[in-house]
Amino acid sequence: MSLLGQIAFIAIGAILVNNFVLQRFLGLCPYMGVSRRTESALGMGMAVMFVMTMASAVTWFVYEFLLVPFDLIFLRTVAYILVIASLVQLVEMIIQKMSPSLHSALGIYLPLITTNCAVLGVAILNADRFCSSEGIPGESLLFSVIQGFSAGIGFTLAMLLMSGTRERLDRAPVPRSFQGLPIAFIAAALMSMAFLGFTGLVPEGH
Amino acid sequence: MNAGEFTKGIVRENPVFVLALGLCPALAVTNSVQNAAGMGLAASFVLLCSNLFISLIKGFIPSRIRIPCYIVVIASFVVLVELYLGAYQPALDKSLGLFVPLIVVNCVILGRAEAFASRKGIASSIWDALGMGLGFTLALVATAVVREVLGNGTLWNRAILSNMRPALIMILPPGALLSLGLLMAAFNWIRERGTS
Repeated sequence: MSLLGQIAFIAIGAILVNNFVLQRFLGLCPYMGVSRRTESALGMGMAVMFVMTMASAVTWFVYEFLLVPFDLIFLRTVAYILVIASLVQLVEMIIQKMSPSLHSALGIYLPLITTNCAVLGVAILNADRFCSSEGIPGESLLFSVIQGFSAGIGFTLAMLLMSGTRERLDRAPVPRSFQGLPIAFIAAALMSMAFLGFTGLVPEGH
Repeated sequence: MNAGEFTKGIVRENPVFVLALGLCPALAVTNSVQNAAGMGLAASFVLLCSNLFISLIKGFIPSRIRIPCYIVVIASFVVLVELYLGAYQPALDKSLGLFVPLIVVNCVILGRAEAFASRKGIASSIWDALGMGLGFTLALVATAVVREVLGNGTLWNRAILSNMRPALIMILPPGALLSLGLLMAAFNWIRERGTS
């Protein structure tokens, strides 16, 4: 398969077929917690997209140049979470210096991302899926970054769809026991059912 | 007092149904009761160890870097669980997959470290961890019972519904969201009836 075709399959796979929130169940806490209003959903989505892309690249270097040469793969979880936590801190400081307006938009969401399992999840998925494969050197880095970025797009897409639904739900006559989270879960179930329709869009193994 | 620390995690402050924490594993691994029980026990073990350890060292941690410190403590215990499952329970390890390392970012564990273990003594931290761990495990198992019975017609891999075609959708991702939503509503309904 051509390189471009592989990239397209990775992207479509991460955005639609295996949507990180609705099919893989990664990053549900922010999905349910921050999706009440569209602006905050968009802000959170952008911040996650940014951190996921960065984390995919940085954890690839950590994996290939630290964990594999020193035979420390069993410490992957500890190494990755430390890298992600310091990356989030670093990103926050850089944004604060470079662009105060962006910082005021994303600021409150950035610390929350450390414990967003979608970020650690994409790093581990990248390592499992690409790093052991043989190919052109650097190919696995490219694929990891593409998967990280696409997963971020998929997360933002799911956040936006959900926030639109929930703004409407606020005005709907919902039975008392279902108010708040339960009805949001049922709406998410219907959305996830719709996303099942994308199954088969990319071949098995992508 | 300790009895209160223990029982609050099971119903009144159930981590999944009431506090809505740890939702990712509650949805992802509840396609069979075995997986749910395995995940519940693994997370409870990490919760107990990290609560105990953080309660012991709470005096030495500078408050500005406490979150990274807690994460390192939690991650070390998660590595223990990962290695144990890989060595002795390979089948369970394979079906839980990605969600074993993701116990690190399970917000129940970090939440209890921040809200409870870093403030209270060792004994109450242990009781708190046991109660919260049990509440988390029960919530996972309850969701898994609904999904496995309706979606596969089995309970703990034994066929129980032989005259009904299972509804596959309950095993698939939408079924997880649907079951958890309905269970949460049922939980709310029971609590409201109890208070009124």
